[in-house]
Amino acid sequence: MNDREMDDVKKLLKDTLKPAHDAELRRDLWPAMLQRLDERPIRVPWWDWALLACAIALFCLFPGTIPALLYHL
Amino acid sequence: MELLARFAAGDIEAFETLFRQHQCDVFRWIIRIVRNTATAEDLTVEAFWRLYRAHARFDPVAGNFGAWLRRIATNVAIDHLRRSRIEVPLPDDLPALESMRPGEQSEMRDQIVRALDKLSPNLRSVILLALVEEQPYAEIAQSLGISENAVRVRVFRGVRILRKELSRMGAHP
Repeated sequence: MNDREMDDVKKLLKDTLKPAHDAELRRDLWPAMLQRLDERPIRVPWWDWALLACAIALFCLFPGTIPALLYHL
Repeated sequence: MELLARFAAGDIEAFETLFRQHQCDVFRWIIRIVRNTATAEDLTVEAFWRLYRAHARFDPVAGNFGAWLRRIATNVAIDHLRRSRIEVPLPDDLPALESMRPGEQSEMRDQIVRALDKLSPNLRSVILLALVEEQPYAEIAQSLGISENAVRVRVFRGVRILRKELSRMGAHP
């Protein structure tokens, strides 16, 4: 493919699709941003909950691990 | 305390100031890729949401905030193209130039849209930014986190695919 073929495609694209560089924001998006921040509180990933459940199960089944863990902390 | 340092520390007021300073730039960059005003507005909010979530990773001393934000905005736009490439093929939100007759324009536009839809989101975004929006290769490279040569390669590959698709449809560029 030569430069002329590249220019042909470029011209075709520019003739059919208007460049968007003059597009302007129609409204302030900060209210939408605030809404988004309120909508999504920080969520604990499910694997963190799974890890916590495993730790609790371990402590229930083997209570002796609690002082051992505390000793190592 | 400097604005960026306050942002990195999670200060919401600093984030608001940065949001108001940069929202127009981010919107203009995203609309060049997704070419729909309403979608670009939503994705601008999404980009700032990702930015806010990652505030602790930003280095206010050595980091380039503008480049980082541009990179996030580009990723958000490309993620959108990945999700919606089949159902949202470049809507009429941004009309074409007046250089063709309406019938011709509509047909050619339809062919171009279908040909662009054959490109991967990465190639499509580079083609739109480089050839339609005429953004400098260096700027595109920075926004995608790739080299200028990689941008050239993507433009070349994208144009080759477009030519092939347009020829297949009977439209010879």
